Amino acid sequence: MNINLTLFGQIITFAVFVWFCMRFVWPPIRSAMEEREKKMADGLEAADRASRDLELAKENIAEKLREAKAQAAEIIDQANKRANQLVEEAKQQAREEGSRIVNAAQAEVEQEYKRAREELRSKVSELSVIGAEKILQGSVDRSQHSEMLARLASEL
Amino acid sequence: MASEGTLTSTDYITHHLTNLTFGRHPDGHWGFAHSAQEASEMGFMAIHVDSMFWSVFLGCIFCWLFKKMADKAHTGVPKGLLNFIEMVVDFVDGNVKDIFHGRNPLIAPMALTIFVWVFFMNLMDLIPVDVIPWIWQHISGNPHAFMKVVPSTDPNIALGMACAVFILMIFYSLKIKGPVGFIKELTLHPFSAKNPFVQVLFVPLNFFMEVLGLLAKPFSLGLRLFGNMYAGEMIFILIALMYNAGLILGIFGGFLQMGWAIFHILVITLQAFIFMVLTIVYLSQSHEDH
Repeated sequence: MNINLTLFGQIITFAVFVWFCMRFVWPPIRSAMEEREKKMADGLEAADRASRDLELAKENIAEKLREAKAQAAEIIDQANKRANQLVEEAKQQAREEGSRIVNAAQAEVEQEYKRAREELRSKVSELSVIGAEKILQGSVDRSQHSEMLARLASEL
Repeated sequence: MASEGTLTSTDYITHHLTNLTFGRHPDGHWGFAHSAQEASEMGFMAIHVDSMFWSVFLGCIFCWLFKKMADKAHTGVPKGLLNFIEMVVDFVDGNVKDIFHGRNPLIAPMALTIFVWVFFMNLMDLIPVDVIPWIWQHISGNPHAFMKVVPSTDPNIALGMACAVFILMIFYSLKIKGPVGFIKELTLHPFSAKNPFVQVLFVPLNFFMEVLGLLAKPFSLGLRLFGNMYAGEMIFILIALMYNAGLILGIFGGFLQMGWAIFHILVITLQAFIFMVLTIVYLSQSHEDH
């Protein structure tokens, strides 16, 4: 419990240790810690920026996707229209072709019919001449009566 | 433990409270004191070898440990002990920044030194009181050799640090405020008057009160640490006495010691913290320029 030189010894020791700490301990630890804090702050900021960029990119993508969908819908729409048009055109053509064929067939039938009638008419006139010869028992001069025969044929 | 049968409780306690003292005997020659009586007769020209040794030893441990960690410190992820050391440094730095608003590169390292060093010195209190003296007595071959292992229970150590702080307080007061400013602070507060004659009457009163207040700072700072640690040490010694008083009391003493040691962990940390904070506060006051 005596106060003695130990007091001064302790003052000197204290000074030495404080000096040592101030010179060799405090600055490197603090500077390392401060640098790390700075790095962490930078890192956090970078992360923030990155997440903002990501958000932006996502929005961009959504926008692009929407546009693409709209475009695709438009294209499909157009294609559908075109297809309908093509079908309509084809139907129209088919209808026209069909009616043309029918007309042609009708015309042919008409012709055939006319031809057959002509033939029949000439045959009838011949038959009637033959019939008249039989009836008259004599021959009818074809050249003499040709005018009458032609008139008869046209009347049939 | 130093006993050879005939030791009384008083002897035991006195023995534990006596430092290993090297100094000048009244007859003029230098040597170790062989009793508490001789130690006190040496007066001022003596040195407590054990206190100084443990104080320097623990200070060196602090320096070695923190220097090692300072060399290892990097800006990556800190691991293990480095993490803990950085936590301590950060804690001290936070306290300094809260209390001390000036710019002085000395304050924070000093606060760290005080905190860790005082904590280490106080920590010696948790080593059972007889272990190191017993080892020392066997090494030195002297069964009565003194060895007081807790430096902060030596008023020289506690007051020595307080004195160092006090010197810094005076130094910075003179440096920041200037001699005139410092004297003004000591003489013109707390009482002041517009009338110069009345003011002259106030000056001695102010000076007396302010100087008293100034001197009270290092004394309270040193004695608070010393008192707390001394009392704690004393209780450990008293508990240790129970080990000689039979099995049941011995076991009871064991539990008591454990309880007191657990409680003391709080006390030693708190005292180290208080010493650090008050040092920062006092030096902060020295830096305030009115």
